[in-house]
Amino acid sequence: MTTITQGHAAQDHAHDSHGPARGLSRWLFTTNHKDIGTLYLLFALVMLFVGGGMALVIRAELFQPGLQFVNPEFFNQMTTMHALIMVFGMIMPAFVGFANWMIPMMIGAPDMALPRLNNWSFWILPFAGTILLSTLFMDGGGPAAGWTLYPPLVLQSGNSLAFAIFAVHLLGMSSILGAINIIVTVMNMRAPGMTLLKMPMFVWTWLITAYLLILVMPVLAGGVTMLLTDRFFGTSFFQAAGGGDPVLFQHIFWFFGHPEVYIIILPSFGIISQIIPTFSRKPLFGYSSMVYATAGIAFLSCIVWAHHMFTVGMPLAGQMFFMMSTMLIAIPTAVKVFNWTATMWRGSLSFETPMLFAIAFLFLFSIGGFSGVMMAIAPVDFQYHDTYFIVAHFHYVLVPGALFAAIGGAYFWLPKWTGHMYDETLGKIHFWLSAVGVNLTFFPQHFLGLAGMPRRIPDYATQFADWNAVSSVGAFLFGFSQLMFVYIVVKCIRGGKQATAQVWDNPEGLEWTVPSPAPYHTFDEAPLIK
Amino acid sequence: MAHTQDKYYVPHGTRWPVFASIGLAITFVGAAQLLNGSSTLPVILAGTAMVLFVVFRWFAEVVHESESGAYNSQVDRSFRQGMIWFIMSEVMFFACFFGALLYARQLALPWLGGIGSETVTHSVLWPDFISSWPSNGPARIGGDFEYMGPWGIPALNTAILLTSGVTLTIAHHALKDNRRGILALFLAITVALGIAFMGFQVYEYSHAYSELNLKLSTGIYGSTFFMLTGFHGLHVTIGAIMLSVMLVRVLRGHFTPTRHFAFEATAWYWHFVDVVWLGLFIFVYWL
Repeated sequence: MTTITQGHAAQDHAHDSHGPARGLSRWLFTTNHKDIGTLYLLFALVMLFVGGGMALVIRAELFQPGLQFVNPEFFNQMTTMHALIMVFGMIMPAFVGFANWMIPMMIGAPDMALPRLNNWSFWILPFAGTILLSTLFMDGGGPAAGWTLYPPLVLQSGNSLAFAIFAVHLLGMSSILGAINIIVTVMNMRAPGMTLLKMPMFVWTWLITAYLLILVMPVLAGGVTMLLTDRFFGTSFFQAAGGGDPVLFQHIFWFFGHPEVYIIILPSFGIISQIIPTFSRKPLFGYSSMVYATAGIAFLSCIVWAHHMFTVGMPLAGQMFFMMSTMLIAIPTAVKVFNWTATMWRGSLSFETPMLFAIAFLFLFSIGGFSGVMMAIAPVDFQYHDTYFIVAHFHYVLVPGALFAAIGGAYFWLPKWTGHMYDETLGKIHFWLSAVGVNLTFFPQHFLGLAGMPRRIPDYATQFADWNAVSSVGAFLFGFSQLMFVYIVVKCIRGGKQATAQVWDNPEGLEWTVPSPAPYHTFDEAPLIK
Repeated sequence: MAHTQDKYYVPHGTRWPVFASIGLAITFVGAAQLLNGSSTLPVILAGTAMVLFVVFRWFAEVVHESESGAYNSQVDRSFRQGMIWFIMSEVMFFACFFGALLYARQLALPWLGGIGSETVTHSVLWPDFISSWPSNGPARIGGDFEYMGPWGIPALNTAILLTSGVTLTIAHHALKDNRRGILALFLAITVALGIAFMGFQVYEYSHAYSELNLKLSTGIYGSTFFMLTGFHGLHVTIGAIMLSVMLVRVLRGHFTPTRHFAFEATAWYWHFVDVVWLGLFIFVYWL
């Protein structure tokens, strides 16, 4: 795709530049895209365990029927906070971290386009996360109406509501600023010769994701603002008595919420599109169709939101439209899955840890995609709605989908970031424990949902006991396996076999032309790309 | 992509973003506690003061770098694109509230009035309710009220804002022709028009509250009216502050006929606020 002629230019000039500042001020005041990327990734890793701890509280309670460990109110806070933390605090920051680290290196830019803004987008996050988590210790506990924050239920929260809403505002600001930075970087900072259709797929997927963020995050901000005024200033947006409609919030929320799931999954697609060609030793099959498929998914994601609301009561024409448009998404998604498969076809495959995670992604994300098509069918959705089937569905796309892509990406670029190879044996063990754990956790939830077990309840009828026990065992296996990941990352940072500039077997892309670890400043002089 | 000779300016370290975040967090925590019934107004003021201080110093640093020639044309392009996408996010924020207005008028109220085949809310709770606009809903939340007609102050305000768009454009052309006197004059007129708009808006609000019994809590009409016009007013205020800063910079001799990104960004923002007002005038006041 691209031929690099002056990729080594950066390393010659690296010594001209400032190194990192010393001590804490390096991390507080940095404008360096690599430092900020590291901050994002570490923040996401911490939040993974915070949100994961909440998931284990949920699964511990559900191990057996009856109430064992927590009361129902706290259980509801756990389901709500687990989702908010994982979506806004973990997976989105993780991918912004990848974007920060990789996009400037992939397009041959000296840094992100707006470095101060970049620092700000990150440093909003810890404060927003702290405010959100602090609600758990307030009168009435944290928000407990589910991450979808549906009124009128959410308006009955205790003191937490205002804090949770302001936390969402801050998180949204951080996302919008980050998205602006990414768009401007991609559009304005590419090295000469790096035309749009030469960009690595990861850059493409993030560009499109950033457009989606700018399109939908402000809408969420508006929606939660209406919640705030309904609760505290007597407005009637979601109150039928005053001429409003609680369903309006659902439309607003899902106009944000559905593109949001693609905001999470598109960067995953990008990472997978980098990993699979590398370990297949073939260029990505159907590059331009991948680009168009990404754009197609992004467009369709904006016109399908009401498929989350089939059971709420909607005119038939509305149900038909949202059912059809939703099923259309299967087409560009299938283009992607087939392209990845075709990339591997007759490739010279090897199965290092990133590739294992990528292949697991391919299979398990597809399972999540298929159950999505099932629920897109409106009459069928009436049966599945708000059961464990939907829980199984979105966890299949988010955990062995998005999270596996993030973990695979971390293994893939760790040698570039740290200069050391990670421990391959431990990596493989981590993969297999994760793969077994994740399926043990979430596959039985399909059966539970089909059998009629509702979601978001702390107790259940005894016929659901067996599969819940299996699911809980799987959750603990999966959760504790991630401690291995931390160990592997720390070990890799502290030492290990020296990584070469290329790291892998002749990988494609500018990031592999700079030394490992990547110098503090890369591409102060733009590389030439033919 | 133009390959410029000079390097892209990458600042090395900045203190402002962290302090901006701390200020924002203080403000929001104070605001949340105020809503929950504590008297934390001083906390909000302290946080806001911190944010404003940081914004001032941050922009001062950028202005200084800009005036000392640190930015090449590629940096200029980054700023331009960044501003465009920021305004785009603002467009979507307003779209959310316009969407709520249209949803209430076109769907929610007709359903409450019994349109359609499955409107149980109508037949069970409010069988006598007839959908109309303006409305404060079947329970008449907030009591009897009069709505805000379009042809008094709102029409005047429309004229004021549209005129301010013209005067700003005249100022921009003057800047490009390097006629600084006309630039300063028309920029000052634009600021004055913005302030006049805000003055009329304040008068309109007090009129609504004291004489029309039209309040934020007047059902869906009051909610959409005050939230849309309120957020617009906030943006006019911010825009007027931005224009004032531009005026100060013009008087200090900043900007050249070819390089004046901040001026243009402010102008874009002002025109955006203008267009939002046209939407408000048509959908909130008129139709």
